[in-house]
Amino acid sequence: MALLDYFLRKKGKQVTTASKAKERLQIIVAHERNSRNKQPDYLPELTADILKVLRKYIKVSDESFSINLDKKDGDLNVLELNIELHDEHGTH
Amino acid sequence: MARIIVVTSGKGGVGKTTSSAAIGLGLALKGHKVVLIDFDIGLRNLDLIMGCERRVVYDFVNVINGEATLNQALIKDKRVKSLSILPASQTRDKDALNKENVGKVLEELGEMYDFIVCDSPAGIEAGAMMALYYADEAIVTTNPEVSSVRDSDRILGMLASRSRRAELGLEPIKEHLLLTRYSPKRVAEGEMLSVEDVEDILSIPLLGVIPESQAVLKASNAGEPVILDTESDAGKAYQDVIERLLGETVEFRFLTVEKKSILSRLFGG
Repeated sequence: MALLDYFLRKKGKQVTTASKAKERLQIIVAHERNSRNKQPDYLPELTADILKVLRKYIKVSDESFSINLDKKDGDLNVLELNIELHDEHGTH
Repeated sequence: MARIIVVTSGKGGVGKTTSSAAIGLGLALKGHKVVLIDFDIGLRNLDLIMGCERRVVYDFVNVINGEATLNQALIKDKRVKSLSILPASQTRDKDALNKENVGKVLEELGEMYDFIVCDSPAGIEAGAMMALYYADEAIVTTNPEVSSVRDSDRILGMLASRSRRAELGLEPIKEHLLLTRYSPKRVAEGEMLSVEDVEDILSIPLLGVIPESQAVLKASNAGEPVILDTESDAGKAYQDVIERLLGETVEFRFLTVEKKSILSRLFGG
């Protein structure tokens, strides 16, 4: 079915591998630039330390914890911690 | 003061040394005094691409360690008088270079030359950081391929944060995009990122597009930088790069598939 293949291939051309590559790159590059610009070197270590302290007292899963350092205008930096607390039985 | 240009990429095998050789020789052919420095300590290759591998006596690390003077280590190009090569060492440990001693060598070279072209090793380790630290300009060599583009973006981050200019809060390094191994045919078929795609992602000014070319392998086989092959598409594309580096506006060539004439189709020209 070479003839059929020929037409099918023509149709399939709309999503090329190049456009897929571009899309993937745009996402990953934007993501990596973000973490490069925002995150200071100490952030991963700080995150680990905070989690260690928290876990001495409460149950915190990796998913229910987020940390973010935001640059606001001027010299103001905001460190934002988000901790979702679960009750003792592990339900929400 | 000399212009210090680093040819860098992050990813290996994208054409840093080929481009360094072509650009260094091209600038010298225009009458400028140029020194090409191989920063790839332990994996010297610029000498081979330049065709002067048999003439290496002393190297960059010898100069750093005070075992040779700069003039002893510099190899004068046989084709163009105003061009010299400072080879990397082949055996020494790569931690031989530091900001202080490299700075001293560059300062001395800066008084002798108009252009200092630094051929960076691949990666983001100390060697690559050393090559870019003192740069005024960076030629970010990139292939139209996902891993190369991503690594180039990482290098752009390094240029903006780890260079001397960044540390001192000076005017940032001037960045240039050099797209190599470009195949217009594959771009037209949707199999390769286009120039515009890569420009969109990296958003730095385009310095040149070097088409995928058989001339590049022939040139490295012979130890004659491809810019000397003035008939080849890659050679011509590097010529354009030189013009642009020297401030000329030159239209980009070799971006589209060449249409073959009926005659050449018939006779296979």
